[in-house]
Amino acid sequence: MHPALQGIVTIFLGVGGCLAYFYFSNQFIDKVLFPAKGVNAGRNINRANIVRPWLFLAPALFALSLYLAYPVFATLWYSLTDRDKGNAFVGLANYYQMMDDPKFWEALKNNMLWLIIVPAASTAFGLLAAQLTDRIGWGSIAKSMIFMPMAISFVGAAVIFKLIYDTRPADANQIGALNAVWMQFNGGVGSFILLRALPAAFLAFLTVGSLWLATIMIKGFSSFATILRSLFGVVLIGVAVSSIASIYGLFTATLPYGEPQTWLTMPFWNSILLMIVLIWIQTGFAMVILSAALRGIPEETVEAAIVDGANPFQVFFKIKMPQIAGTIVVVWTTITLTVLKVFDIVFAMTNGQWETQVLANYMFDKLFRGNDWGVGSAAAIVIMLLVTPILMWNVYNVRKEMRS
Amino acid sequence: MSNIAGSKSSLQWVVHISVALLVMLWLFPTLGLFVSSFRTADQISTGGWWTSLFPAEQNLTLRSTDPDDEGAQTLIDGVYVVEGNLFKAGVDATISLWGTSSRAIDTYVPGDTAELKDGETITVQINGDYVWTGTTEMTGRGQRVFATSTTPPEFTFKNYKTVLFGGDSTDGMTKAFFNTLTVTIPATIIPIVIAAFAAYALAWMDFPGRALLVAFVVALLVVPLQLALIPLLRLHLGIGIGKGYLGVWLAHTGFGMPLAIYLLRNYMVGLPRDIIENAKVDGATDFQIFTKIILPLSFPALASFAIFQFLWTWNDLLVAKVFLIDATGQTTVMTNQIVELLGTRGGNWEILSTAAFVSISVPLVVFFSMQKYLVRGLLAGSVK
Repeated sequence: MHPALQGIVTIFLGVGGCLAYFYFSNQFIDKVLFPAKGVNAGRNINRANIVRPWLFLAPALFALSLYLAYPVFATLWYSLTDRDKGNAFVGLANYYQMMDDPKFWEALKNNMLWLIIVPAASTAFGLLAAQLTDRIGWGSIAKSMIFMPMAISFVGAAVIFKLIYDTRPADANQIGALNAVWMQFNGGVGSFILLRALPAAFLAFLTVGSLWLATIMIKGFSSFATILRSLFGVVLIGVAVSSIASIYGLFTATLPYGEPQTWLTMPFWNSILLMIVLIWIQTGFAMVILSAALRGIPEETVEAAIVDGANPFQVFFKIKMPQIAGTIVVVWTTITLTVLKVFDIVFAMTNGQWETQVLANYMFDKLFRGNDWGVGSAAAIVIMLLVTPILMWNVYNVRKEMRS
Repeated sequence: MSNIAGSKSSLQWVVHISVALLVMLWLFPTLGLFVSSFRTADQISTGGWWTSLFPAEQNLTLRSTDPDDEGAQTLIDGVYVVEGNLFKAGVDATISLWGTSSRAIDTYVPGDTAELKDGETITVQINGDYVWTGTTEMTGRGQRVFATSTTPPEFTFKNYKTVLFGGDSTDGMTKAFFNTLTVTIPATIIPIVIAAFAAYALAWMDFPGRALLVAFVVALLVVPLQLALIPLLRLHLGIGIGKGYLGVWLAHTGFGMPLAIYLLRNYMVGLPRDIIENAKVDGATDFQIFTKIILPLSFPALASFAIFQFLWTWNDLLVAKVFLIDATGQTTVMTNQIVELLGTRGGNWEILSTAAFVSISVPLVVFFSMQKYLVRGLLAGSVK
């Protein structure tokens, strides 16, 4: 059968089947199993109402359990067995094998970098875009332009950015925008300002900012939340230290002016360039959510601050930021989840070569090219472990919300 | 809000410029792909796409017709003459400077006559018309002319013809396009139906364990689908579904379920309680309440989820690679086709950019026409 026809048939069978299931199962309990008449009418109505929710839930629960809950446990089991030995239990052997693999550590290290940089940059750009576009007449058009990359596939974005990062020989015209810009630098005053002084200023700002945030975060060790905050604070101090190191590096490095660079083969920087693709996509998401939060801020609080003589920066950092802190956390965690699962971008642009490996691609590599299901499953479990804190946090919040 | 205190912020123009810069920065990448898809391979390799928007000045090496060609050379009044135009037919370029040696490419202006060896001369006009004369019969290859020429912006639909109607299985996107569509539509519609009933039960029916189930759904919301790949592939192979459309539809249905239930439940909880209770008093069954009242009222949430699921299934690579595409490659989807093009035709930007633009155009249309629902869904769907 032609696939398109098969698709149409499936839509009818799927939708029709679902509707028929719901309709007839309801009829069945109302008319046959627990008829609402005769001597037991009252009891039957109650019984039908006890069963009915499960009728409504059954197909969804089945799909959820089979397609998401069961695989978590199955993958855990596969990570402890060896396919070549007839699926025999091998304990942590796969994990030991994975830890001996330098590619795994490279993937883990890169994933950590992604986890710090992408959510931070997307949220920061999103906040900036939200704050700025809310103040101008054509803001909604600007918003939808910045939001647009959300609709573009990771693979499409990979092609878009590969064109930007393209390299041609030095004597030919550069068709990649990044190299075209790079060839404009000649080591003069302009290059010094743009490539050394400005980045250094930004890094200095980052150092001060993260140290300041870190001192706020690390205050007392009593509950779960403060431990998380302290962890976050430690990461911030790490960011500050590496920023200072980068400032030193900025002024000591010799830059190869006038030579086109093959950007995607430069370790470390190529990872940053891949991250830019995801930041480009996720900023729109952050902007939309944060813009709604900013508009939800009661105007009186801002008015009161202005009347009391606060300048725009104070209004933003002292009045608005605290009120949208919850939303920032939501945006941050949502982008973190996307980052942990990032696969397409790396797969399409470098396929993990030149030290750009990430966990999701490492796992895919082990599974479908290495055919090593044990190590692949172990890598998947590592991703799951990284997701678990967010999972617990979300469940905790929803439980709290349901109780109130 | 900036002018609450009575003074319009003097920094307003800074805001305008910053936003304009930000928008340009965000549009630039996509625009590059879009423009490149309308350029020929030669144009793409001669300069960045941004130069194609303006008349381009280039240094070209052109050649006149070979005098040995049949009928190229005519004898007029004892002088051998070769006439013609240096540019290919249909090229609309103008010459500003020209020369006959690679070391002096700017010796002459259009209309000048250059002296060549053996008493030959050549005259080149601004539009590329040339007259090449010699006192003896000319032989060998055509005369080389080095010209600084200006070509107006030029775009072509040729790439789209190649990619969409070329019929070539490696470059062609037509099959992949319809395959993607075949994956997407059932994978968007079926989860909605299943999830809507479950969401209604979780929102409006009272039963023990409801809160626990909501927590279960929220927990599954963040489970990475990477974990599901091997167990489900084994399951599909084990029960005979194998790799194919049915498998990918089922997989997308399962993976989309948590978000669908979560979004729809959040929306349905907010519907007014009175309507539902009145209907119950009037003797409506839960099934009737659901189909006649809840479903029509939940349209915005249904639309939100439909867009999410559509974008996600259309743009997906991983699920298709694992559950759909088999060794024959007959069921390839567009994302996979593009990744393969990146491997085999990494330098052919005219094909790559066109293929990529074909693939992203449908989501872009959906995005711009249904943006309202997408935003609404995002706001409801992010766990608070």
